[in-house]
Amino acid sequence: MAEKPKVAFYWCGSCGGCEEAVVDLAEDLLTVAEAVDIVLWPVAMDFKKQDVEALPDGAITASFINGTVRLSEHEEWVKLLRRKSQLVFAFGSCAHLGGIPGLANLSNREEIFRWYYKEGPTVHNPDGHEPTPEFRQNGYAFELPEFWNTARALDQVIEVDYYIPGCPPPAHIVKDAVMALLQGQLPPKGSVLAGSRALCHECPLNETKPEKLLLKDLKRPHEVIPKPDECLLAQGLLCLGPVTRGGCGALCINAHMPCTGCFGPLDHIRDFGAKGLGALASIVDFQDEDDIERALEKIPDPVGTFFKYSLPASLVQRRNMGGKTS
Amino acid sequence: MSAYEPKIVGIFCNWCAYTAADLAGISRMKYAPNVRIIRVMCSGRFDPQMVFWAFKHGADGVLIAGCHPGDCHYQEGNYKALRRYKLLQKLLDQLGIERERVRLEWISASEGEKVKQVIDEMTETLRRLGPLKIQEAPGEEAAAAPAAGGGHHG
Amino acid sequence: MKGNGEVPRIGVYVCDCGTNIAGKVRVAEVVEFARDLPGVVVAREYKYMCSDPGQDLIKRDIQEYNLNRIVVASCSPLLHEHTFRKATAEGGLNPYLVHHVNIREDVSWVHEDSDEATRKAKAIVHGAVLRVAWQKPLEPQSVPVRDSALVVGGGIAGISAALTLAEAGKQVYLVEREPTIGGHMAKFDKTFPTLDCAACILTPKMTAVKDHPNITLITYAEVEEVDGYVGNFKVKVRKKPRYVHEDRCVGCLECIEACVFKEPRFPNEFDLGLSKRKPVYIPFPQAVPPVVTIDPDTCLYLRFGKCKKTCVEACGDRNAIDFDMKPETLELEVGTIILATGFKTFDPTRTPKYGYGRFPEVYTSLEIERLVNSSGPTGGEVVMRNGQKPKRVGIIHCVGSRDKNTNPWCSKVCCMYSLKLAHLIHERSGAEVYNFYIDMRTPGKGYEEFYNRLAKEGVHLIRGRVAEVTDAPLHPEEEGKLIIRVEDTNIGVVRRIPVDMVVLAVGLEPQPDADEVRRLFNISCSTEGWFLERHPKLAPVETFTDGVFVAGACQGPKDIPETVAQAQAAAANALALMDKGSVEMEPNVARVNEELCSGCHICIGLCPYGAISFNEEKKVAEVNEVLCKGCGTCTAACPSGALSQNLFSDHEVFSEIMGVLL
Repeated sequence: MAEKPKVAFYWCGSCGGCEEAVVDLAEDLLTVAEAVDIVLWPVAMDFKKQDVEALPDGAITASFINGTVRLSEHEEWVKLLRRKSQLVFAFGSCAHLGGIPGLANLSNREEIFRWYYKEGPTVHNPDGHEPTPEFRQNGYAFELPEFWNTARALDQVIEVDYYIPGCPPPAHIVKDAVMALLQGQLPPKGSVLAGSRALCHECPLNETKPEKLLLKDLKRPHEVIPKPDECLLAQGLLCLGPVTRGGCGALCINAHMPCTGCFGPLDHIRDFGAKGLGALASIVDFQDEDDIERALEKIPDPVGTFFKYSLPASLVQRRNMGGKTS
Repeated sequence: MSAYEPKIVGIFCNWCAYTAADLAGISRMKYAPNVRIIRVMCSGRFDPQMVFWAFKHGADGVLIAGCHPGDCHYQEGNYKALRRYKLLQKLLDQLGIERERVRLEWISASEGEKVKQVIDEMTETLRRLGPLKIQEAPGEEAAAAPAAGGGHHG
Repeated sequence: MKGNGEVPRIGVYVCDCGTNIAGKVRVAEVVEFARDLPGVVVAREYKYMCSDPGQDLIKRDIQEYNLNRIVVASCSPLLHEHTFRKATAEGGLNPYLVHHVNIREDVSWVHEDSDEATRKAKAIVHGAVLRVAWQKPLEPQSVPVRDSALVVGGGIAGISAALTLAEAGKQVYLVEREPTIGGHMAKFDKTFPTLDCAACILTPKMTAVKDHPNITLITYAEVEEVDGYVGNFKVKVRKKPRYVHEDRCVGCLECIEACVFKEPRFPNEFDLGLSKRKPVYIPFPQAVPPVVTIDPDTCLYLRFGKCKKTCVEACGDRNAIDFDMKPETLELEVGTIILATGFKTFDPTRTPKYGYGRFPEVYTSLEIERLVNSSGPTGGEVVMRNGQKPKRVGIIHCVGSRDKNTNPWCSKVCCMYSLKLAHLIHERSGAEVYNFYIDMRTPGKGYEEFYNRLAKEGVHLIRGRVAEVTDAPLHPEEEGKLIIRVEDTNIGVVRRIPVDMVVLAVGLEPQPDADEVRRLFNISCSTEGWFLERHPKLAPVETFTDGVFVAGACQGPKDIPETVAQAQAAAANALALMDKGSVEMEPNVARVNEELCSGCHICIGLCPYGAISFNEEKKVAEVNEVLCKGCGTCTAACPSGALSQNLFSDHEVFSEIMGVLL
């Protein structure tokens, strides 16, 4: 019997949801586990770094890496896995685009540390300690990973072959990706393994849209109970379905929640958030400057709205650190 | 900072702003060389992606110029630009990018003088603001970080 | 390097434009720089790229180097893009594979430092090279041009344009907002420098308009709405009710005679209030159409619903009068439009120091035109408001012209018409006439000769801007006179000239509603408010909107000969379009990539032309390329990148942005 393909799972800065997504494969997980030889899966199995280091380069068929790259430890691990793997899959929104933890790029390390180790209301840290990469205590030297100033998507640190989008990726997307891998039917390198059109295309509510989609009255999700049978955007709720890659099966829409964009942009889009912002601002149906401003008050947090999952992977990546005012 | 010269991308509509820039040229007005004008048919072609794309490729500012409200050659393209611009401004605040770095101006075909004035003014403002720093290469900050950890900022 | 799949072979041509570019930009250095850019096969400097040998360079290189993309860096693409497209096509390439960038108006003419200018020129060329690789071959769409024209304004410009078009066999709609055509010229007695009788040369033209089978004359009407595009404009014209059926009125004027107002009581607009008219009136005897108009503001029946209606009685069987007439909207379809909406004269109350409105014997030049007119309110006698004939008359030039407090421009016609009026006033009244001028501007055929003639006739010519007109005498001989205070700059003395009558040579201004009119027709105005021509020298009657032309003083101050020449030029331009029968549209339309479109509907409501619709079958958006005008708004908004504007695709524009950020 031929040797089974070796597969690694790894998590960087993540919430654990992506691990759940693997488990969400349910019975299919057994088939997968059967078909592959898992060489690393920190959440479930006990492998050490040395075990991976001991493998020859390229020995792993595919590494599925989730989470945002935030620590020097993440960098070390993903570079190691890159060396050992034939294929690297960015798994989930964080690895794909930077994800929700990527919104930390609105701050810098100093601000984050100040809040988490000093100023946060629940912090008890009378001596004002902060994590430092090296410290000694009782004659022992300890090393901590370096906390980076900027959170990154996986492909900003190593080369990535495929992307499995979603926060977390729905089970059928994961399954399709794994099957494609096992059956040698992967599309061209660099592909995002989901739909090729925006979500509206598969959205059950798309046919309820008016011919001309123009909005005078934007609404925030907590302000209304949306009608279940009408396009949410047409109801004034900011749904990112038009901008977001489809393939999820309109999961949020089916739960009456607008799409927040976890599948990220389509192939020809350079910046998910800027495109979404541009597209949706375009249909705010006013010409007078004051009217426009008033309507846009319903978008109090444009970064959180349009870059919820993609700030690190965006063209701007993070908050401005230059200039003279920052 | 005397050596620092901001780079500005100009997105100018064909009918008003670009024609006005031609007029400024024909009138031999002298203005700062910092704006590189790109001609589009209408300011309605302005896409916020252009701003970030420009920033990523080294721009310190973007100047969008179209016809005055009510004067758009395509009836209302300039209003579409205005809507995008308004929301973009709010986003810039959150990103710590000074609003002055992205400017939307209405310049009619006859306002050569305004081309000069806006370009000179914006160049001056950006000289004062200094360079933009958004993209950070991996490891770049580590090198700059104090040995004892903690934080640093730009 | 990326591109359209095809490996780009780019030729870059940088123009010296004599010294216009090369005097500031180190062109050789730009060429050296361009030569090393990705995809560039050949880069050249040439003295005048737009010249035949310059264009030949491109054509030859396309053949010799098998080029598939061309970049020309020279003047503004608004000037020569079409030249280089043509050259590219003649070289055997699709004309839309050239990109023309501007290093003259945007660089060499506006920057002082050679290093900066050279750096910027390189950046611009870099942008063009990156962009052109993405350009695609395109086929322009050809649309038919209707064989009919709209002429707006029935002054001498509109009349001339309409007649030229009609003579060439085109259907012309001439729209005039006043009850009669004729415009300002109809108010004049004589025209300079030949002193032809204005009526003698104008009224035959007016009649010709009325009688021409190809001209539909629509007076007392205004254009309300303009839709469509070159070749196929849809125009709505609102005709005000004149309460008289033009086809039934024979111009006998018996109704005027019979009106219950025995005497004319209301200011006659045509005579600028110097004469009176009745509620039913004809502006002047030779009016075209030769029909009466009833003024609803003064007609007793129309105001109060009560009147003996003696006019109706007088009209008798002709039944021309119809008090129930309503405004009427006509819908016209035309291929071309000529705007000849004229000018207004400066309102001299804006320069109070000259006493207009305060001293009754201060007149505007237009009022004097009526006073010296043999068919005017005084039959050509120069009689002042006080009933007397003036013995001394002062004509003040440049009122509302060449004045930074009012209008900075020279109105071009005032020197000549002031000399003409000086002649006519002297001829009619024997008065001594003083002309006060800043500079005497008489360029034009026979104009300087006219000036010399006037100087010999004994008109006093005093060089100086008049300080004020006052009625406060300092000397006994100034009692009861208007005193003109002026520094005679020829002799350096401040003088006080007592006169009986002052004439203000008022300048020309854009019509007060020029701004609304230009919006209606989607054209631009200069800062002053004159309609903007496409190019001041090379396209003086075209506008930035294809198929819309300008003629006469709506484009800037002009005298009659120039106006007529321009009107006929505009007509010729319109004819060229109509005779060709079709026009090629810039192929910068948007297209939908159906594979990418999610059918999200974002674009549909954004198109101002309704060019995008939803294809229910394919569930994607669809662009009607005939309706698309190429603004690119949809492309900017499309969240899928499915819509792409030809010549301004994301690839093209974003590459250019990246490139200029050298």
